[in-house]
Amino acid sequence: MMCTVCGCSEGEQRIEGHDHTHHVHTHEGVAHYGKGPAHAHAPGMSQARMVEVETQILAKNDAYAAANRRWLMAHGVLALNLVSSPGSGKTTLLTRTITDLVGKNVAVIEGDQQTANDAERIRATGAKALQINTGRGCHLDGHMVGHAIDSLAPADDSILFVENVGNLVCPAAFDLGEHHKVAILSVTEGEDKPLKYPDLFAAADLMLLNKVDLLPYLEFDVATCIDNARRVNPTIDVIEVSATTGQGMDRWYAWIESARGAAREAA
Amino acid sequence: MHELSLCEGVLQLIEANAARSGFTRVRRVQLEIGELAGVDTEALRFSFDVVTRGTMADAASLAISPIPGQAWCMTCSNTVHVSRRVDPCPDCGSHQLQVNGGDDMVLKSLEVE
Repeated sequence: MMCTVCGCSEGEQRIEGHDHTHHVHTHEGVAHYGKGPAHAHAPGMSQARMVEVETQILAKNDAYAAANRRWLMAHGVLALNLVSSPGSGKTTLLTRTITDLVGKNVAVIEGDQQTANDAERIRATGAKALQINTGRGCHLDGHMVGHAIDSLAPADDSILFVENVGNLVCPAAFDLGEHHKVAILSVTEGEDKPLKYPDLFAAADLMLLNKVDLLPYLEFDVATCIDNARRVNPTIDVIEVSATTGQGMDRWYAWIESARGAAREAA
Repeated sequence: MHELSLCEGVLQLIEANAARSGFTRVRRVQLEIGELAGVDTEALRFSFDVVTRGTMADAASLAISPIPGQAWCMTCSNTVHVSRRVDPCPDCGSHQLQVNGGDDMVLKSLEVE
């Protein structure tokens, strides 16, 4: 049986601090309807009719996301959804960010298919973190993040980072209730990634171009990469950073601060 | 493969409508998928068969109507057709485009009995 929201098989999805069986994985009536009397209809005897539905397929996810958004607004929490391919340096960037943002209240939701390694790396900085294991699932959804927010209980006026599953495709479609998606692209990847995975870069408000300290050793054209990102999203902000050397990180922190200001005004 | 999750969403809507409209079997599912919705229709068809197996939509046919992608060209001040997010404005070649249609995924209707 699959979770009706996330598409993950029951038992594969785990949220730390929650018994995963709390999920109500019911497809009510499936057994009854699927193998029931309907199968016994003789050909030509059916009474087919049309039912107009006219509903967004992701309506349920969007409802969970809207509930998350209301909670975040009521508590003055800025939520950023970090999306990237695996290995772009998301977790290193986050640990550095948390360490540098001394005095700011930060909480982190970590999404990975398996292991709690990333949440442990975050907790080593002293920040609150909670791991979601999606099992076979390729993205976080509004439902999982809602449960994670319940468990994590981020403090009022804090910053909540949601580190999505490393995947440049699926996370683009799923609203989590966040204020902004932030795409992280490292210069060890190709500068044409925004063209290859346009949906994700179109959905992001900021692209962090990470690992720029490695540029001297690579054939990576920063200007072309930024141009490619703006071809799919003309309004995307771009900040070049190195989470290892700290280069450009001040601009990232300033961006977060201005997003907090805007979120507070909107609340 | 978020197409699997999308099909779970479709099935969920079918079940909610079954309770409301009192049907027990789905013969045909009509979807509208925007060109810019980021959906692979082949993957969607494959997932649909997997997800609906053993449900009231088992063996239902899946009809997918593509909805043309649409964007506002900031250079032309005009709405234009784009079928991919990386496409330029077909009139002026600019990439100063804001998508304003054809990125939705909608369950339109069901043929049921």
